[in-house]
Amino acid sequence: MEKYIQAPLDEETIKDLRAGDFVYITGTIYTARDAAHKRMSEALVAGGALPIELRNNIIYYMGPSPAREGRAIGSAGPTTSGRMDRYTPALLDIGLKGMIGKGKRSGEVKEAMVRNGCVYFAAIGGAGALLSKAIKKSEVIAYEDLGTEAVRRLEVKDFPVIVVMDADGNDLYERAAE
Amino acid sequence: MRTIRTTEITEQIKEMCIEANYFLAPDMKQAIEDAASAEETKIGRHILGKLCENMKIAGDDGIPVCQDTGMAVIFMDIGQDVHFEGGDLESAINEGVRRGYREGYLRKSVVGDPLIRENTKDNTPAVIHYQIVPGDRVKITVAPKGFGSENMSRVFMLKPADGMEGVKQAVLAAVKEAGPNACPPMVVGVGIGGTFEKCAILAKKALTRPVQEFSELPYIREMEQELLEKINQTGIGPGGLGGNATALAVHIDTYPTHIAGLPVAVNICCHVNRHAMRVV
Ligand code: SF4
Repeated sequence: MEKYIQAPLDEETIKDLRAGDFVYITGTIYTARDAAHKRMSEALVAGGALPIELRNNIIYYMGPSPAREGRAIGSAGPTTSGRMDRYTPALLDIGLKGMIGKGKRSGEVKEAMVRNGCVYFAAIGGAGALLSKAIKKSEVIAYEDLGTEAVRRLEVKDFPVIVVMDADGNDLYERAAE
Repeated sequence: MRTIRTTEITEQIKEMCIEANYFLAPDMKQAIEDAASAEETKIGRHILGKLCENMKIAGDDGIPVCQDTGMAVIFMDIGQDVHFEGGDLESAINEGVRRGYREGYLRKSVVGDPLIRENTKDNTPAVIHYQIVPGDRVKITVAPKGFGSENMSRVFMLKPADGMEGVKQAVLAAVKEAGPNACPPMVVGVGIGGTFEKCAILAKKALTRPVQEFSELPYIREMEQELLEKINQTGIGPGGLGGNATALAVHIDTYPTHIAGLPVAVNICCHVNRHAMRVV
């Protein structure tokens, strides 16, 4: 099914999403990948504040190529999500509701997703030029020293993704490889 | 003896880094388009159609095909009658990478130390493989390698008794484990024989062979075809979301090995299998 949704997410929207749905996201999402996850996790352990409000938000696992003058962003496709698995359950437990990436997730992440009612989307890996068209604005909001791995706030319009894992734990990758 | 100035190498490498990241080689482009027309599943056709669109946007808009513009892997086949002038070759190569990644708006994805992990901010150093060959030319191959697929690559030190069956099982195991992580449809480079490091270099170089150009050895060619068929029966499909096109090609290269061993390396590459080649 094709669905058009808004980010940040709400409970109703998440409940309605099923593994295999083609979804177009409009609104605000955030980027974070390996190094930013490590820092956020260290901040949590130390009892400090995170640079972004996670509640109801979506994190896109992505580090863009540099933007040319006059463009919002460079190439901007997903990176492999599994590398974030170690840090993810803690983020889901404090309100993160959606993730965009590519590739398999661990059992712990799946459990935390079901426990908290979250959704995991895949964007098409290796389609960074195409995906950049749906990103209208990009702004570094934290960890600027990390370069491409900094945390960015993105304004997206009809950003195309596919639901891989829904809040009930259905997994499209498992179905595909059967 | 022929003299080549190292500044010439810098310039070539700069251009090749940019070219490889903006335009897939014609063989790769063709293979993806062919896969799109042969794909039987709806979701598979959808993804492959988007990949074709993506290649077009990249070329038209001057934006890398994929944001992971890779670590620059460079093969230098240097004729033994070549003399380099104007500074050391390795620095000249890295200067080419530095300029290419800066001027081409390519992503800087290299950390200077694997454990301290600070970004070098210019994508250097490259991984360089030198080979001395007959003649007075230099063949340069620039193959920026993304790590979604690199991370799913494997080396297996098999036993001679494992034989051909063992090799096939190893390749299939690596591909299945890679699944959606490696941005399928993949290109699978396989190196058989040599030593621990030799088979890995063979596998890497096999990725730069034009897609669907099969091995010259008949029994290897058969293995390439059989493995491609089996991989495409796994159901992994484009994006790992289900379908026929899990791999576009399997390239196998071999080298003599020790009486006690059967090393096998499987270097997985995504559909953004970049390689630019020039002869200087
Ligand atoms: S695996 Fe290849 S296509 Fe996928 S993100 Fe990395 S470089 Fe791009």
